[in-house]
Amino acid sequence: MSAPILSLDGFLVVTIQKNPTDSEIISLHETLLRRVSEVRTDGVLIDLTALEVMDSFCTRMLRAVARTIGLRGAPVVIAGIQPEVAFAMVQLGLTLQGIPTALDLEEGIDLLRRRRRRERGS
Amino acid sequence: MTEKARIRVAREADIVDARQQGRGLAGRLGFSSCDCVLIATAISELARNIIQYAETGEIVIQAVRRGRARGIEVIASDRGPGIEDLDLAMQDGFSTGGSLGLGLPGARRLMDEFAVSSELRRGTEVSVVKWLKDAPSR
Amino acid sequence: MGERDNAKRVGPARDVQRSEVVEALRVAKDTLRRQWVEAMASKGFLADMTEEETETESHVIYNTVLECIETRDYGGVERYAQGVAERSTLRSMTPDQFLGGLLTLRDLYGRHLFTQYRDDDRQLRQALDAYEPVANRILSIVVTAYLGEREQVLSRQQDAIRELSTPVLQLRDGLLILPIIGVLDSARASQLTSGLLRAIRTHRTRVAVLDITGVPTVDSKVANHLLQTTAAAGLMGATVIVTGISPEIAKALVAIGVDLSKIRAVGDLQGGIAEADRLLGYVVQDRREQDPRPAPSDTEKT
Repeated sequence: MSAPILSLDGFLVVTIQKNPTDSEIISLHETLLRRVSEVRTDGVLIDLTALEVMDSFCTRMLRAVARTIGLRGAPVVIAGIQPEVAFAMVQLGLTLQGIPTALDLEEGIDLLRRRRRRERGS
Repeated sequence: MTEKARIRVAREADIVDARQQGRGLAGRLGFSSCDCVLIATAISELARNIIQYAETGEIVIQAVRRGRARGIEVIASDRGPGIEDLDLAMQDGFSTGGSLGLGLPGARRLMDEFAVSSELRRGTEVSVVKWLKDAPSR
Repeated sequence: MGERDNAKRVGPARDVQRSEVVEALRVAKDTLRRQWVEAMASKGFLADMTEEETETESHVIYNTVLECIETRDYGGVERYAQGVAERSTLRSMTPDQFLGGLLTLRDLYGRHLFTQYRDDDRQLRQALDAYEPVANRILSIVVTAYLGEREQVLSRQQDAIRELSTPVLQLRDGLLILPIIGVLDSARASQLTSGLLRAIRTHRTRVAVLDITGVPTVDSKVANHLLQTTAAAGLMGATVIVTGISPEIAKALVAIGVDLSKIRAVGDLQGGIAEADRLLGYVVQDRREQDPRPAPSDTEKT
């Protein structure tokens, strides 16, 4: 059960399932990295709308993903963290350390588009 | 309707299993969706600890009562190397930038009650409890 | 009576077992229960009870107590007491009437045992030993149930007050205002954060202004609550602006060692709203204005 990676308007959209195992997250990281190296992409949106629990491992991995993809020059946006998950993360002390976040898929794509417009404009 | 779950934790797939079962039980006991996530997260951290430091262990999740209060208890136990410095392990790294070391201080923050006992070369047992806020019969 | 006198003279008195005490009270039920009801009526404990209710409940209670003495299992008593405390049973009896009634029953039982065993000190003592601890425990359970229920009511009222005192106001599209008035303790802070997060999802909020002018004490605890709220909202893509931290308070917090750099603080509510508008308005001036969230650095350092 792998997370689907779709292409949308030049961006990659990764939809995380509700209860990914550690290996699923790791393999997703590898797949994503491969995709980003193969085809030029304007950005990656990681959609966490369905994610039920965010623990320390998941957070570490997300930060690693954002870092490695960022090194390839593609911006990463994390979208869709649910209120209960955000609350739990903060209680646990987990942060996304500066990775831009958006309310949901729509807002996330919007954010990536604005960035792209800015970059192209300047 | 089961009010108790016992999960053997040895592979990382067991982490998801443990927290799913915990979440399910919490929901059945009447915890808010917010609390269910907190409980599941705590279970996840405790299960992760077992695998990381002891390789195998067990997680027991059950309903508890104390007087009129009802709650959920999670006991994570293993026969691993034990925790060498309990004080250090319990130090809250939160304020110093979100240290993601042992999940113990985190689990404590997420739950209402927390107790840990550990003996070098014998193992560790962590037990946490979260109480329902309202009387069940209402 | 005469029989007992004979028995005393003839041989050694036997030990009184618990079962015998229960039997004695069971056998005398008709008389004792009626006496009990009469005593309660004369003391005014049955004021609002109907006759039917009195009949039914007095039977239930009498039997429950007997069962307790016999089995030492207090489950039945606990359940009954819980029902009374929650007012799902005995709605027409006030706590002191109910307690008064129970105490009357206790005395009646006691006196009956006195009558039965008064000729033999040892037997009387044994009978009371079997009975008294149970009676006392039952009363304790009832009182505890009442106290517990009172606490629950208070706690629920406090929750309601907290909810009312933390309104969430949608000022315009994407902008939420939360004027916080009163003490911001952990419980309230939790509620505040959950409420805000849900509101962010519902209203698709991009900026929330938390005004804490009305919070009497702003110490490191409050600051930490605000940090948590800010962080949680940030995870959902919303920026939090805190207004109402005076420069003096800010200085004091920094002196204690609170890292205020993660809180976007503006002096007053007006200024906060202005800042929020600035963040929300897509003016192409600088990056931060279009993008209320911190941009990632290209090489992410952990």
